[in-house]
Amino acid sequence: MTELISAELPTERPNPFDPPTEVTEIREQARISRLKFADGHLGWLVTGHHQVREILGSPKFSNNPEKHHLLDRRFQGDVPEDKRKAEPGMFLSQDPPDHTRLRKMLQGQFTVRRMNQLSEWIATIVDDQLAHMRSLGNRADLVKEFALPVPSLVICALLGVDYDERHRFQEDTAKMLSLDSTFKEAMDAMARIQDFMRELVARKKANPGGDDMISDLLATGEPTDEEASNMALLLLLAGHETTANMLGIGTFTLLQHPDQLKILKDEPEVIDNAVEELMRYLSIIHFGPVRTAVEDVEIDGHLIKAGDTVLIHVPAANRDPEKFTGNPDELDLRRPASGHVAFGHGIHQCLGQQLARIEMRIGFAKLFQEFPDLRLDVEPEEVPLRTDMGIYGVHSLPVAW
Amino acid sequence: MKISVDQSKCCGSGMCVLTDPDLFDQSEEDGTVVLLVEHPDAEHEATAKEAASLCPASAITVS
Repeated sequence: MTELISAELPTERPNPFDPPTEVTEIREQARISRLKFADGHLGWLVTGHHQVREILGSPKFSNNPEKHHLLDRRFQGDVPEDKRKAEPGMFLSQDPPDHTRLRKMLQGQFTVRRMNQLSEWIATIVDDQLAHMRSLGNRADLVKEFALPVPSLVICALLGVDYDERHRFQEDTAKMLSLDSTFKEAMDAMARIQDFMRELVARKKANPGGDDMISDLLATGEPTDEEASNMALLLLLAGHETTANMLGIGTFTLLQHPDQLKILKDEPEVIDNAVEELMRYLSIIHFGPVRTAVEDVEIDGHLIKAGDTVLIHVPAANRDPEKFTGNPDELDLRRPASGHVAFGHGIHQCLGQQLARIEMRIGFAKLFQEFPDLRLDVEPEEVPLRTDMGIYGVHSLPVAW
Repeated sequence: MKISVDQSKCCGSGMCVLTDPDLFDQSEEDGTVVLLVEHPDAEHEATAKEAASLCPASAITVS
């Protein structure tokens, strides 16, 4: 079989809401193609929805970073071996049985029922933030005043992190996720957040009985202190950056699609599906995830050999016309969007997805209820896009009302 | 139609409960799937199949 080979991953997005055009072209030619990694390894690029699900759901692929060839040029060269290793507690970068043991300690905290019980409390946080935005006059940066604070306030309260200490993680999170950071800068930023989380775990151990997830986790006596602080770090990062970016670029998208925004305003009951469709359409994880085969495996007639690294392209898979009927490149808030892979698939599928859904449902609904005449305050091409970050979105969103 | 669940595979994503809370629940302790109805009536057959297909860990089978 003739195989399509890309020398590097195309990342340029001519339209801010669409995947890179070249990646879409690759998908239409070959849902599994070859991709050269930065170290010269000839790995794979997976752009088809069905193929993405098959790989992410297969135990024949590992998520251990020691096994991965690296795509990101920052991390080439003299990366010390011990820095490649997943640290204790970082279950997102581990395989079973370690992953299973650690994730199970947290799963009970993120059930659909528990998250639904938080709805009223989250609505209060959203209301307060919208009142704050209104108090600023008639224009604001939506990212700074709404999209980032709401999920940050929520995850801080859930974890028992003092929101006033957000300067200890927000800037360093951005440094970790910036594709312009050097490896050392990213590692130094991570080390500072780890120090913060270690202090936090020590404080909670000294004062047990707190009503928060970290205290609950420590009370089980199951994780070591190091595991607990890294698990907390993972929840903190995953809990505020991702939802914040969906709220930011999701609002930008709705403002640029007035027909769809009108549906959301006229038919409030569409909100649950609207959130799924925005997740599908925007797919903000634009860099990975990555997996490495631990044994030879055939997918769609391609032999992926043990040791081969595979880059999963979430935005391309979520626009695959073989899965999503009609025109998947169109935003359609009434489309059946379930089955998208924006939260991933397989055993690593987003642990906090039910929390994220509730934050987005309440966040988008209340934003446009309270600010029905919300509009962009700059030309759309002036909105700074996060093409330089591991998680896509907008750096800021100037709005007026 | 018969639904079976494998708790040892379940990763607690909650997709099944989100799809049909009449058929599925999650354990308070570790978030793993709890099957509420083994033999769904005709009205719930479509959502039972959807839950099986959406499950990220392939922990649900419908036969």
